[in-house]
Amino acid sequence: MLEKKDLMKITEVTWEIPTSYRDDMRVPVRIFADETLIDAALGDKSFDQAVNAATLPGLVSPVVVMPDVHQGYGFPIGGVAASRYPDGIISPGAIGYDINCGVRLLASGISVEEIQEELPDLASALDANCPSGVGVGGSVRLSIKELDHVCRQGSAWALKNNYARRDDLERTEEQGQIRGADPSVIGSRAKQRGKSQLGTLGAGNHFIEIDVVEEIFHEAAADAMGLAEGLLTVQIHCGSRGFGHQICSDYVREFQSAVKRYGIKLPDRELVCAPLDSPEGKRYKAAMACAANYAFCNRQVLTHHVRRSFEQVLAGRVPNWDLHQVYDIAHNMGKTETHIVDGEKVRVCVHRKGATRAFGPGFEGLPEVYRPFGQPVLVPGSMGTASWVLLGTEESMKKSFGSSCHGAGRVMSRRQAKREIWGQDLRQRLEAQGIIIRAGSMPGLAEEAPKAYKDVDAVVDVVVRAGIAAKVARLRPVVVIKG
Amino acid sequence: MQSAYEEIEHTADWALRVRGQNLTDLFRNAALGMLSLLDIEPVPGITESRLIELTAIDTETLLVSWLEELLYPIEVEDVVVVDFQIEALKESHLKATIELKKIASIKKEIKAVTFNELNIRTGDTGFETIIVFDV
Repeated sequence: MLEKKDLMKITEVTWEIPTSYRDDMRVPVRIFADETLIDAALGDKSFDQAVNAATLPGLVSPVVVMPDVHQGYGFPIGGVAASRYPDGIISPGAIGYDINCGVRLLASGISVEEIQEELPDLASALDANCPSGVGVGGSVRLSIKELDHVCRQGSAWALKNNYARRDDLERTEEQGQIRGADPSVIGSRAKQRGKSQLGTLGAGNHFIEIDVVEEIFHEAAADAMGLAEGLLTVQIHCGSRGFGHQICSDYVREFQSAVKRYGIKLPDRELVCAPLDSPEGKRYKAAMACAANYAFCNRQVLTHHVRRSFEQVLAGRVPNWDLHQVYDIAHNMGKTETHIVDGEKVRVCVHRKGATRAFGPGFEGLPEVYRPFGQPVLVPGSMGTASWVLLGTEESMKKSFGSSCHGAGRVMSRRQAKREIWGQDLRQRLEAQGIIIRAGSMPGLAEEAPKAYKDVDAVVDVVVRAGIAAKVARLRPVVVIKG
Repeated sequence: MQSAYEEIEHTADWALRVRGQNLTDLFRNAALGMLSLLDIEPVPGITESRLIELTAIDTETLLVSWLEELLYPIEVEDVVVVDFQIEALKESHLKATIELKKIASIKKEIKAVTFNELNIRTGDTGFETIIVFDV
């Protein structure tokens, strides 16, 4: 396994693994972390997996690793790799099983003081209206034909079916609709899994959380986002559910033959890939777009349920119970983007797995109101700790292919967390801190304990010091809904 | 004696080290290990029997397909495999009978079977591999 002596320290928060570390590396690995986070990541195979990722053909230098990195399967969670058109590759495992897993932030004009007494009712309403947990289906049952429409249209399907407002779409990455989606390249098993899961949270690390804006760091940007100290916000963290997982599984299996066909040698079979312009590569890209659109639509339907819950509990009790969308971002995705590499504009496929797009000011794809500031970057913390709203920067375009961190990042295995933490104790501790918990499973809650994660404030401190993001607001949880 | 399967540390997901005296034993233990992680309670009573037949490009891919085949009915049909019999197994071909029951309760979820670190090795005591599950 890679050791600390194999890392070159460039600055206090930037490290490098040079290509001389292993003969099969095609590009170096650039890591954003401080000394403490480096030591934490050396506790598992994160950096070895980043080195494996650096062997993929056609990459543009470097592979980037975020401070919330942890061991994944094949490609590390918190990794970014850009492959050049047309000789580069696309790798389903470097995007992840939960395609377009992401975060949505909604904001309100409701102060926490005015509804303190209603918070338990609000928690129960969210828990009842937003289906969550293992094997739980949603309120929307799709025919295969309708599922195909969701695949092509994403959030626009939700708008047509009264689950969205036009503003929501404008404040979603890619307006909630990735182009090039083609449902004909998706297998029947994925469709069977997808047709009953729209508008569901799932289990694992997915959640809905009510937070209070604790501190503002950038008044003008916060103002544009409708965030102010003491006001309530809602975060929704989930992805493409079984639909995306089946698509990834199907293509990882199919690409086991493709790598042989294209003579690609890899250190880990989970990294299987195909050239971007090959028939296999194009098919996966079209399938990935379907899952990404499904995930945007999933978070949109959940947004509808969250708004309904606020209305049920707060109508008549506060003057305005409305929730407006701040932004919705993906953190497991492959995107075709143009970046400046060695002074030249280069078209690349940026694989972000557990990493967030963080484009700087002036980016045309942003709603006009955010354009002077940069793209909102949403960084959920672990249950019971802070979450952050950040902005993409010009530096992130130069240093990390316009990317930043996506969360706190696990540091303890689920097995160890279950051994050390009792779900019931954890729930009591969190409730003593003023955080209301609704969880489907106590062992599941224990696995997601704050102790199992890194310090999100330290992660954010690194991306800010590295210049790849800027602080806007810090959020504190008051209600957590887990599957 | 070494255990047929054991859970090994993984930061975010689940991983098993699986052993078998022969290939059929390895495939059987991998299935038993995976199903034990899910903590599923079946409904007593009627059992449905199905024959499955799988082909793959190599043994590792066949192992992933076999485990996926056992997971798929849980989410889509709300039934779980309670017993199985591997009737024939060659390098790239598997034939098995599976017995399924309706699910009374399910506590955990495996979302995918990965190829990460999957490498079936043979040694003096038989076959061994690591399997990482996305959860």
